[in-house]
Amino acid sequence: MTQPVSNCPNCGAKIVFQWSSSVQTVCQYCKSILVRTDVDLKKVGQVGDLPPDSSPIQLNTEGIYRNKSFVVIGRILYEYDQGGWNEWHITLNDGKSAWLSDAQNEYAVSFAASMSGLPAAKQVQVGQQYTWNNQRYTLTVITLAHYRGVEGELPFQYWDKTDVTFADLRSETGKFATLDFSDDQPALYLGEFMEFDDLKLKNLRSFEGW
Amino acid sequence: MSAGTPPLSTPPKPQAKALNCPQCGAAITLRALGHAETVVCESCHSILDAKDPNLQILQKFQVITGEVPPLIPLGSRGKLRGTDYEVIGFQRRSITVEGIRYDWHEYVLFNPYKATHYLTEYNGHWNDISVCKELPVVNFSTVNYLGEVYRHFQTSDANTNYVLGEFPWQVRVGEQATVTDYVKPPRVLSSEKSANEVTWSLGEYMYGADIWKSFNLPGQPPEAFGVYENQPSPVSENVKGIWSAFLAFALLLLFLMAGFDFASSKTTVFDSSYRLNAGEPKGEASFVTDVFDLGGRTSNVQITTSASVDNSWIYLNYALINQDSGQAWDFGREVSYYHGYDSDGSWTEGSRRDTVVIPSVPAGHYYLRIEPEVDARHPPISYSVQVKRDVPVLGFFGIAFLALLLPAIAITWRSMNFERMRWAESDHPPIRIGKSED
Repeated sequence: MTQPVSNCPNCGAKIVFQWSSSVQTVCQYCKSILVRTDVDLKKVGQVGDLPPDSSPIQLNTEGIYRNKSFVVIGRILYEYDQGGWNEWHITLNDGKSAWLSDAQNEYAVSFAASMSGLPAAKQVQVGQQYTWNNQRYTLTVITLAHYRGVEGELPFQYWDKTDVTFADLRSETGKFATLDFSDDQPALYLGEFMEFDDLKLKNLRSFEGW
Repeated sequence: MSAGTPPLSTPPKPQAKALNCPQCGAAITLRALGHAETVVCESCHSILDAKDPNLQILQKFQVITGEVPPLIPLGSRGKLRGTDYEVIGFQRRSITVEGIRYDWHEYVLFNPYKATHYLTEYNGHWNDISVCKELPVVNFSTVNYLGEVYRHFQTSDANTNYVLGEFPWQVRVGEQATVTDYVKPPRVLSSEKSANEVTWSLGEYMYGADIWKSFNLPGQPPEAFGVYENQPSPVSENVKGIWSAFLAFALLLLFLMAGFDFASSKTTVFDSSYRLNAGEPKGEASFVTDVFDLGGRTSNVQITTSASVDNSWIYLNYALINQDSGQAWDFGREVSYYHGYDSDGSWTEGSRRDTVVIPSVPAGHYYLRIEPEVDARHPPISYSVQVKRDVPVLGFFGIAFLALLLPAIAITWRSMNFERMRWAESDHPPIRIGKSED
């Protein structure tokens, strides 16, 4: 994997991209949000202090998904009225990128799916059924989330959000789907729930007393 | 990472901050390392916002006197199915059915790496509960989950009455949810429906003793009362087994019977008819038959007496005598047959035919001495005596069959009784006999 190197336009620290397709990263030192342009990096914002975190996952956590090793390179943190969750951006050893979500220690791995005819935010309702890739999903919950911050590398620009609507769907077989209404065009992510033990995670945070 | 990268600032550690209840000043312990949404002051029972550094008060609730403290104290750690958990929260919830309130307790179990687990306790019955990832499919009164069918047990409105400790969600006293339970012992599938969401969870029955062991608790767990909705039946596991065993043994018996029947020679060695006219016998009635051979191995002899009795009787004193050794088997048989008609209809009593088997008779030359006795005013009676050598005796098989059948019936009955007690508490109670439904 190529590791293009440049410097933070804000503080000059070395910026290393772990994934060549990353569009955005956060300087680990000055917390500037940096977006790749054709020639260099542009500072678009600044990450405030993230709230004390409860996820056992962190940047550089490694794991296994379906016999492919992956590493955590970025993260989006969301909050809603019943708690918060993390979308960890992971790259697999076949070069693909995916998301490992950790919602109060319930884990799911999902991939962006290019699907046409997705419903709009106003159309979705709990109980609706959708079929994608011959798999039937039932919409179980609609969450109005609050974008709380980012960390590390992301496959797209994501830094100026406020409130975001998500619709989560489940199947009878443990498959999982999310409709993300962050942008004008809804985005679909398809994946599955994972057991903590099956992800064989390494380089996790340690918790005192555990 | 490439070499030469300077060390990063480590992520913020969970801080054991000295927190105090803004209401009463008591110390607040946070155990769930940032997972808690709400925490309840153990001293004044204010429900506090665990995410707020100032622990803003969200709700205060009145604690009734005599509130039962958690059986597993907050902060206890134990291993359940290979994972260590710490008890961080406790709540009492209740449902009201036909005016009677039923309370149960829920314990929130925390592990920093794994999804929250719950333990519930009702009348000494425990369940280990986890949230479902797969979506159950509801078909009217059953639910299909991961290939198994769960039967609807009860739907009721649950109310939260008392909370203590930390919760990974926004807990409030007075919160209501519609809880529907579907059972397939030892598991129970529950859907909890609040205003926004339906949550499915799967519970597995646990014995108090196992929880006491897991959490290293002193003393004994409370005794379990009654039969709980997903309590595994101590006998229904055996029902299938005992009937399979019964079937296997019954087949074996059938084979043995067929074998015995096949091995028996069943030869008629003597057959003769006699007649007693009215007024006979006069004086000495006994007579001896011709000699017949009993062959083969030492075996049984079956003597069949048939008599043309009609509302009358005949009694025959028999002796089976070995001509060579003089050994004798004495026995008496009565043949009587009565019939008539009364207010209940026609009736009969007795039979015109009698059979007796004498076991272990060695081979040899034998004859019978027969002495008939009859009523002094008897009508003419003809009777016949038939002797068969080596007949299969199948009565033993009947006894063996019953000996197998009785425990199978007993276990089935106990199992049915257990299920009847289970379902009596459900929305679908079995029909009660001898009790009014009011």
